[in-house]
Amino acid sequence: MPKRHSPRGRHRYWLTLAIALGLTVSGCGQQYVVLHPKGPVATSELNLLILASVAMALVIIPVWMLFAYTLVRFRDNPRHEGVFVPKWQSSRLLEILLFVVPLIIVAVIAVPTVQKTYALDRLPPKKDPVVINVTSLDWKWLFQYPGQHIATVNYIEIPAGKPVLFELTADSPMNTFWIPQLGGMEYTMPGEVLPLWLEANKPGVYMGRSGQFSGTGFVHMVFSVKAVSSAAFNSWVQQVKTTAPGMSLATYHSIVKIGTMGHESFSSYPAGIFPTTTHGFTLTGSSPMKMP
Amino acid sequence: MSQAVRRYEETEQHLPIEFADYHESVKITGFWFFLATDLLLFASLFGTFAVMRFDFAQGATPAQLFHYGPLILETLLLLTSSFTCGLAIYQMRRNNQKGMLMWLIVTILLGMGFVGTEVHEFVSYVGMGATWHKSGFLSAFFTLVGTHGAHVTVGILWALTLVVQLVQRGITPRTSRKLFTFALYWHFLDIVWVFIFSFVYLSSMTGGRIA
Amino acid sequence: MSHIIAELFPPSTLRLFELIADVLIVLTTVSIVGVLTYTKKWVWLWREWLTSVDHKRIGIMYLIAALVMLFRGGVDALLLRTQLAFPNNHFLGPEHYDEIFTTHGTIMIFFMAMPFLFALFNVAVPLMIGARDVAFPRLNAVSFWLFAFGALLLNISFVIGGSPNAGWTAYPPLTELRFNPSVGENYYFLSLLIAGIGTTITGINFMVTILRMRAPGMTLMKMPMFVWTVLVTGALIIFAFPPLTVSLALTLFDRLFGSSFFTLGHGGMPMMFVNLFWLFGHPEVYIVVLPAFGIFSEVVPVFSDKKLYGYPIMVASVLAITVLSYGVWVHHFFTMGAGPGVNAFFGVSTMLIAIPTGVKIFNWVLTMWGGRIRFTVAMLWQLAFIPAFLIAGATGVLLATVPVDYQMHNSYFLIAHFHFALIGGTVFGVLSGMYYWWPKMFGYMLNERQGKVAFWLFFIGFLVTFVPQYMLGLEGMTRRMYTYPPGLGWSSLNLVSTIGAFTQGAGFLVIVYNVLWSMRYGERDLTGDPWNGRTLEWSIPSPAPEYNFAIVPVVHDRDAWWDMKQSGKSEAFKVKSSAIRPVHMPKRSAMPFLLGLSFFVVGFGMTFSWWVIAIIGGLGVLASLLYGAFDYDDFEELDPEVIRRTEAGLGRLQA
Repeated sequence: MPKRHSPRGRHRYWLTLAIALGLTVSGCGQQYVVLHPKGPVATSELNLLILASVAMALVIIPVWMLFAYTLVRFRDNPRHEGVFVPKWQSSRLLEILLFVVPLIIVAVIAVPTVQKTYALDRLPPKKDPVVINVTSLDWKWLFQYPGQHIATVNYIEIPAGKPVLFELTADSPMNTFWIPQLGGMEYTMPGEVLPLWLEANKPGVYMGRSGQFSGTGFVHMVFSVKAVSSAAFNSWVQQVKTTAPGMSLATYHSIVKIGTMGHESFSSYPAGIFPTTTHGFTLTGSSPMKMP
Repeated sequence: MSQAVRRYEETEQHLPIEFADYHESVKITGFWFFLATDLLLFASLFGTFAVMRFDFAQGATPAQLFHYGPLILETLLLLTSSFTCGLAIYQMRRNNQKGMLMWLIVTILLGMGFVGTEVHEFVSYVGMGATWHKSGFLSAFFTLVGTHGAHVTVGILWALTLVVQLVQRGITPRTSRKLFTFALYWHFLDIVWVFIFSFVYLSSMTGGRIA
Repeated sequence: MSHIIAELFPPSTLRLFELIADVLIVLTTVSIVGVLTYTKKWVWLWREWLTSVDHKRIGIMYLIAALVMLFRGGVDALLLRTQLAFPNNHFLGPEHYDEIFTTHGTIMIFFMAMPFLFALFNVAVPLMIGARDVAFPRLNAVSFWLFAFGALLLNISFVIGGSPNAGWTAYPPLTELRFNPSVGENYYFLSLLIAGIGTTITGINFMVTILRMRAPGMTLMKMPMFVWTVLVTGALIIFAFPPLTVSLALTLFDRLFGSSFFTLGHGGMPMMFVNLFWLFGHPEVYIVVLPAFGIFSEVVPVFSDKKLYGYPIMVASVLAITVLSYGVWVHHFFTMGAGPGVNAFFGVSTMLIAIPTGVKIFNWVLTMWGGRIRFTVAMLWQLAFIPAFLIAGATGVLLATVPVDYQMHNSYFLIAHFHFALIGGTVFGVLSGMYYWWPKMFGYMLNERQGKVAFWLFFIGFLVTFVPQYMLGLEGMTRRMYTYPPGLGWSSLNLVSTIGAFTQGAGFLVIVYNVLWSMRYGERDLTGDPWNGRTLEWSIPSPAPEYNFAIVPVVHDRDAWWDMKQSGKSEAFKVKSSAIRPVHMPKRSAMPFLLGLSFFVVGFGMTFSWWVIAIIGGLGVLASLLYGAFDYDDFEELDPEVIRRTEAGLGRLQA
């Protein structure tokens, strides 16, 4: 991914070194990709992260303080002075509080967690998604656009402001498909097809990578996601259709071979290279994800 | 003072012979925990079979493979052996060495019959080209049923060493404890077979309707 | 001949580190053999240690093995951190890096954390419950030797044949033959299977020991807290290891015998492995953390000079964690498409675990409240644990928040989280326990000042290593990357993390120095009770005599020994000569060692598919088991006169 904001970024490079511990989750720099979402999925995931972090801080900071106070107040001194209650070992009120307060805090996090877990599993209503079939290979990403009938390797273009439905599989060991600025990851596995929808708010270039180790070349399983306007997306599709070569079955087999690759485009792909059945069940329709 | 703990290592005559000695009775407790691990082992294999039982790939389906004949024979042999094993324990507690040995040997012979039938069944499947390489279903089937068969085989070897020990030493607290743990193991395998019979064979033969 | 050599030493093992390791191993072996021969100690070693079934000796052997493995796993970690210190670094190649992170994880979990805990189980549990030994002393030795030979099998992979290289989780199909034809993964599966049998036996052994062999009067609710945690750990082991065994065995079948469980194609289902593995893997986290909680529950009251706060609640929390730990395994793969219902269930169940864990932390703080806190080394490790584990727990809750996990899964945030939990929980715990029980094991104290230096180096190094890794996760760095380009903002944080790792390494070296120094100059423990302890192990001499308790103690209260001291009954530990009775003692046996060795031969043969060797090993296993079955001469009655003489020598005998 090309580096942006270079002067400030370089400045921050040294700054991080100096105040690395102080930075923690404040994450002012753009390099904290998870903290700088560029789409609705990543944004709602970040909001939940902030909510949970605040709730957790409300727990651990008072406990740290209580802990530090206890150590200072009740440290042994040579003359063994001070309060000393060696047999104190229970207090009904405290015990009830100890269970009830954490339960409330967990509930505060759990309720939105369950809500968001369900919400993010459904495509937003009334928006026609672009479908991209993703196959992870050793060590590259193959993308097929069934709606447009084109294919690319290691890069995609998507229309900004529109949901994109990724259908994920693998013709290789497992990987995970992750575009941190647009939203969280999902596994690609041989013999399974998993859905994941993401959306970019505005045009830009976002980094994607694999989060699951799959062999020596796994580090190089990086792809770029270019979000463009709908018009630019359509013209890119046309351009690929007219200028790029077609993909034959032989081409596919040569892509599957172990090794890394650069960006490639194909104006067509052979039928049947993306699975239509898993474990004896035929996948119904084009999408395993429930439409609203 | 806790009841489960018999600290003073004395024999307790009112208990059955295999429990009478403190150190031997501790071993029976341990064996129950071993059976728990074995149960979990089979549970994991059953789970694997349950999720992979439709992954036929290019291999054979249960309808093409399974037949009632060997299945019923295996079941009869194993269930009967469980009964004879119980009779051996009964004779042991009556301090009847001869009767105990006889029923134990009958148990071993029935177990051998079971293993023989199962081996024959497996060989016939392989002869039809249904090796475990062919599909996930076949891998899971052979492993689950084969693990049970391997357990029965180990049980037979174990019982043979027990026959020797019982002939050499007679019915003592220690030998009787050994026979008793063997009996627990043997009944356990019987119960596992009931589940294999229902969830692997019957359910697959009826197309998954019983499950 | 030449092809055998080529198979044993493929090019991947002919690299600088492997050659150094080869030379070191040869030198160490030669020098050990030389010293033993020179000092004529072979017979001593065989009679007193290798064939010993004494729980205290087995504990010490576990401890030595665990410290060696901590060194090996630590060196791995330093190599990894060195490679990641700078962007585009070429210190290690990708193949080498993959092998090292795999062995680092495998060794630290299976061959460091678990044996370290088992060392403390063995040393402390029988003494704490007033027992003469564990329930099955010979099986205890079998457990140890299966672990030891399993560890040996994994460790020789580095120099013979090639190391495993697919991570400690070994997800197929990456571990299938098609993608991983070298023998490395065979080593992984076989060594874990062999060690796993030993672990299962340990679990059973300690459950039975605790349930059946407690001193009279010690009801379940009067047991020391550590014993409670060992009891539930036994239950966790019994339930967790069978799924691991199945997942490993099935992958091994795929690799060696051509089955199609987790293969790509032939209807294989790799996700099933992941389910089975984590069905083991999550309880495993509690297997290594709960005993550490138990150690803290012993250390805090002793060094606060106060009763453990909320004992019944502590017991309830441990039981709740045990039960809940089986209902959370899917949180290791929320991103595998199980659907929102399943994910929500497992997310919430995971968060629920935070409640009993939080209660325990409160209870430790409340135990200190109103006490007199002594800052010994054992106590310092536990004090460091509290803030560290709070962070681990809090970030654990973040990861349990399903949509957040979608962003954090497999990132360095996760790496930081579980290192905070496993180092902050388990490693701090076992080190605390080591300093606490050391006098009971060896009869002398570890130097406190050196111990404190080691502690501060390690603790600060730990924070400096792993806090930046949380941030790296937020920057999108994923785990198991052997290198990264500059310009992503990762470089400085990685450098800081590496500096922290070396600080931890320095802390470890100080611990080693501390042990070696104290062996020579350490203060002897003549009282048997150097810390003013509260539990029964401190009522007997240090180190404990072979038979542990000359007279089995009678327990009236929790904190039994403290109770005796308070009520003036501590004279009870002066042994009345007439009360001594013969003790039922297990005899030493060569069977466990030979059984372990046979399993090693089986494992080595199967690794290379050299079936003749595997069958020879199998016959050895069979012979060992048959020998065990027909051996009726496995215990003896210890003469009361011997006990009288020993106790008199320690000045504890009363006429």
